Amino acid sequence: MNEDFARRVAGHVPVLRLGDVLLVTLQGDLHDSTAHQLQQDISETIVRSGVSGVVIDISGVEIVDSFLGRVLAEIAAQTELLAARTVLAGMRPAVAVTLVELGLTLPGLRTALTTEAALELLAQPVVSSRSGGRREESP
Amino acid sequence: MHTAAGVEARLPIRSDMDLVWVRQHVRQAAALLGFGLVDQTKLVTAASELARNTLVHGGGGLMEASHVGSSGVDGLRLTFSDTGPGIADLDRALSDGYTSGDGLGMGLGGARRLVHDFHVESAPGKGTTVRVTSWVRRPPRAGGAV
Amino acid sequence: MPEHESAGALESPTHAVRDFLRRRREQIAQRWADEPLFRTVFTVSRDEAVEAGKLLVDALAQVADAERVEDPDAAGFTEVREQLARMGAARTRAGLSTTQVSAELAALTRPVENLLVADLEQEPSERLRACATTLSVLMGTLRLVAMQTALTEVQALIDRQRLQLLEVATPVIKLWDGIVAVPLIGTLDSARSQVVMETLLNAVVDQHARFAILDITGVPTVDSLVAQHLMKTVAAARLMGAECVVSGIRPAIAQTIVHLGLDLGTVKTRASLADALGYCLHELGANIVNAAPDGPGRR
Repeated sequence: MNEDFARRVAGHVPVLRLGDVLLVTLQGDLHDSTAHQLQQDISETIVRSGVSGVVIDISGVEIVDSFLGRVLAEIAAQTELLAARTVLAGMRPAVAVTLVELGLTLPGLRTALTTEAALELLAQPVVSSRSGGRREESP
Repeated sequence: MHTAAGVEARLPIRSDMDLVWVRQHVRQAAALLGFGLVDQTKLVTAASELARNTLVHGGGGLMEASHVGSSGVDGLRLTFSDTGPGIADLDRALSDGYTSGDGLGMGLGGARRLVHDFHVESAPGKGTTVRVTSWVRRPPRAGGAV
Repeated sequence: MPEHESAGALESPTHAVRDFLRRRREQIAQRWADEPLFRTVFTVSRDEAVEAGKLLVDALAQVADAERVEDPDAAGFTEVREQLARMGAARTRAGLSTTQVSAELAALTRPVENLLVADLEQEPSERLRACATTLSVLMGTLRLVAMQTALTEVQALIDRQRLQLLEVATPVIKLWDGIVAVPLIGTLDSARSQVVMETLLNAVVDQHARFAILDITGVPTVDSLVAQHLMKTVAAARLMGAECVVSGIRPAIAQTIVHLGLDLGTVKTRASLADALGYCLHELGANIVNAAPDGPGRR
């Protein structure tokens, strides 16, 4: 219990539960350790609460480097293993351009323009494709 | 040279807290020199990659920021130096997907694509110095669309 | 003996030139004021030209003082760069070629040299030669600085105009609620595709667009570089949560893409803008319950 509390203070990212979905809002400049902590917190919370989706709102994040990119990709992969879907919401254009230039396109990650759009996406029934609900070709 | 004060800096890179300072300083310096939002983001990201390299592979070191250029073209130069083990095979270290530590193997090669000039000096046992420079693209009008 | 000689010990030629420049500041400026380069640029009055000339002499003296006659980056030049840029720009506007401006700059050396020779007449010929050499090196460096400055100005102007052109040539059109399009016309180079990418992504945010269509009907050829830019744009849009469709792939371009072995695998493509719009509407319709009874624009 004490340990848990200490970790929560070190990692400043709150994980909110909204019904069947966890809402995580990242803001400003993240420490590496905070990002690692978040990764752990999300997994633990999913196991504890049994939610089916995670929305990570990064509209307040000014840069994503390869480290944070990797953490986000790992969070998505982990939640997938725990039978939940992760949607990354609100990435800024400058961040997106930079990530692509960096060579990080995060192919397995679901994305949405806003948190609302992410919640909508999660509300849809699971599609067969693993990556991105809207990817498949229509006739 | 009134901007020099906010641009010139020597920052230690000893912990992941220092990475935050490096990013904040580069952001501020780039904004001061008139870099657009996308270019600021690219510079800060490159700095973050390189500073992390300095920390993880070089065992810590230093970042120096300076204002370069004359005749109306401003640039920001960032030099990351460490006295760590150095890089034996530079070509390999610069190729995508190569990694010897934490990350997706985008560190050096990725950072190179985010800046205009990229220069690295290293030898086994001699430490590593990476110097990057980017130039301000002069926008046609103040407060443009970007 | 010239009056500036002091304490018997001979100064370095560089410092002798510095002293000469300071001593003859007025005369040099007066003579320069009659040269075309000054006369045609500073048209308000002759005094204006003389003042500008003095500023230049001061800069040269400062550079000589720092013993950096060969260094175009010497601090002394910094203050006159703007003036040099103005002079160069004015002459270029007047229709002079770079070579002609350079010749006019070179013409500034002669009057100064004449003054120097007259000044140091009494000195041993070796010394005179050393000073004259130093002076011509200094004037050569000045010319270099001036040309550098002028070229930078021209380049900056070209860059500005190019950027302006790029922005004008990249309109973003809202086709539907949640669908934006950018029709591309002309060649896509790196700078252009950068602007296109940023414009499109900003429009995605501003318009809350779930779909962005890049129409390349007006792009003459698609090579691997263009393909790479298209894929980057698509990838960036996807990271933001939007889907990017590339339309207007003419048969010839489709053929080229196949011939070059370019992999556009991750990019959604459509033959025409109408097809792309149809696809986006269908996708939106499929996701919005009861939006349209029969799926609009389905192809």
